Amino acid sequence: MKQARGRTAPRLAPYAFVAPAVALFALLMLIPIGYTVFLSFEKSQVSGLGLGTGARRQVFAGWSNYASGLTDPTFLSSLLRVLVYSLILVPVMLGLALLFALLLDAQRVKFQRFARLAIFLPYAVPTVIASLLWGFLYLPTVSPFPAILARLGLSMPNLFTTNTALFSVANIGVWGGTGFNMIVIYTALRSVPSELYEAARIDGASQLQVALRIKIPMIGPALVLTGVFSVIATLQVFNEPHTLAPLTNTISPDWMPLMKIYDLAFNDQDSYEAAALSVVIAAGMFVLSYGLLRLSNKHVFQGR
Amino acid sequence: MALARIDGALTESPDVAAPRRPGRRRRAAPLPTAVLLLGAVYCLLPVVWVLVASTKNNSQLFNTFTFAPNGSLGSNVAALSSYAGGVFWHWMLNSLLYAGGGALLSTTVSALAGYALAKYRFRGRSTLFNTLLAGVLVPPVVLAVPQYLLLAKFGLTDTYWSVLLPSVLSPYGIYLARIYAMSAVPDEVIESARVDGCREGRLFAQIAVPMMVPGLVTVFLFQFVAVWNNFLLPFIMLSDENKFPITVGLYTLLNRGSTAPALYSLVVTGSMLSVIPLIILFLALQRYWRTDIASGAVKQ
Repeated sequence: MKQARGRTAPRLAPYAFVAPAVALFALLMLIPIGYTVFLSFEKSQVSGLGLGTGARRQVFAGWSNYASGLTDPTFLSSLLRVLVYSLILVPVMLGLALLFALLLDAQRVKFQRFARLAIFLPYAVPTVIASLLWGFLYLPTVSPFPAILARLGLSMPNLFTTNTALFSVANIGVWGGTGFNMIVIYTALRSVPSELYEAARIDGASQLQVALRIKIPMIGPALVLTGVFSVIATLQVFNEPHTLAPLTNTISPDWMPLMKIYDLAFNDQDSYEAAALSVVIAAGMFVLSYGLLRLSNKHVFQGR
Repeated sequence: MALARIDGALTESPDVAAPRRPGRRRRAAPLPTAVLLLGAVYCLLPVVWVLVASTKNNSQLFNTFTFAPNGSLGSNVAALSSYAGGVFWHWMLNSLLYAGGGALLSTTVSALAGYALAKYRFRGRSTLFNTLLAGVLVPPVVLAVPQYLLLAKFGLTDTYWSVLLPSVLSPYGIYLARIYAMSAVPDEVIESARVDGCREGRLFAQIAVPMMVPGLVTVFLFQFVAVWNNFLLPFIMLSDENKFPITVGLYTLLNRGSTAPALYSLVVTGSMLSVIPLIILFLALQRYWRTDIASGAVKQ
């Protein structure tokens, strides 16, 4: 038996098992990241008259791509816009997700099963398709809303002005994201031991009090996590505004930071500055998510 | 490890969580019920609208009240099917290929890596795991541009592989598979299989994988939806219309529609047809949407 146990720690097998993942990780993440960093310090230089294939050379650029990218007013305004967007979207989406999760968990509320499925359904709809659908609902010529509003004596506001477009896009995010977060929060709620609030109920606490004083504090970690991931996801918004752009002139090709990067790389053919901004955004994202997760670990998971 | 096994948060009756106390009548609370139903209506609205709007031809789409159905669904589907030589169904098949193939390969790679990370002690294990975990935080959109430039160097852009290959790696999938292997495959089973002389490869394929199946289905579904929903990667990589997935296809159709509004009814019908299979898939496989893993996983 002793000898058989000698082979319980195989040395090569685990390396063989992780090999495909490691190879793909190197090929699809490490090398592209390295290449992006490299490109961000390069530029294209035109020599002579700029004619012929040899006329453009790639030369070292120092920090110049970063300098021009970070001082570009369109990039800075897209950065500001995405922060406002996130500030609108995340509280509304998580507020609704928490509200619906509490209602699903509450007693004496009807149609819970139907509502749970209906609210989770948008998760199955790709963001591009969701944006198409809402885009049509926003267009006064196709949308049913003007007719409904007209009967109430109201008129449909223009949903694509510089002031309203951000809300129109955020609504698509709320629509697509509420259900998933609701289920995550609902799952957390169901793991709260019911004895904890049964006692409070017997002492005469209302359902609202139970929700505010017991349930919400108990699911703090789930709320923080959904919050962190939602912030990170909303800062990367691309599909929704990009899909709505053909319907309106308000949404410019550099409306959001990732749209700006796309615009630089594929419309302006400036891979170098696009690479520099990619590095800036990836680094910012990394610092933000790491920081938020550290912070939430400290505060929420203490003593758990 | 905070892997609470709360299966089927979507399917079970809520009464399991809030047991009905005997001797007390349960009246419906009207206001909370109304708020919940309002949420359901908001979420169903665009889906119901597209179902109705796909029954209208182009002039009806612009002229009639949109929640009253008309009878043009058949002709819309026929017009869409014949558009550009039936390219729409090509897009649907492509999406199925990218999402199905990508998710299948991705689940395989994730299962192998997750199992190794969970069940073996080897040099570099924690470094490897932390590196992969950091990969979750890298925005995939930021990677799409350099991935394009690199694939372009090898002449791989505008091929099926240019979309499939990046879909195979899923740091999140590896992460989930590791958690699932940890909780579903007992060490004693592995030990005794080794004592019986079972080789590592066979041990994985014939003993560990069957135990991990429910978790692997979840990994597959998350990746399937992620690839099916992906827009930027195929949009950047592909220029041949026949290789487009449905998201890119409908987007280009909408884009053309802004100068030729006659295409709008095709976009509406196409959106409707593309949403249906995913909704069916999602309703049929509800019990595998294990968000407890998705959320509980990070709590460890």
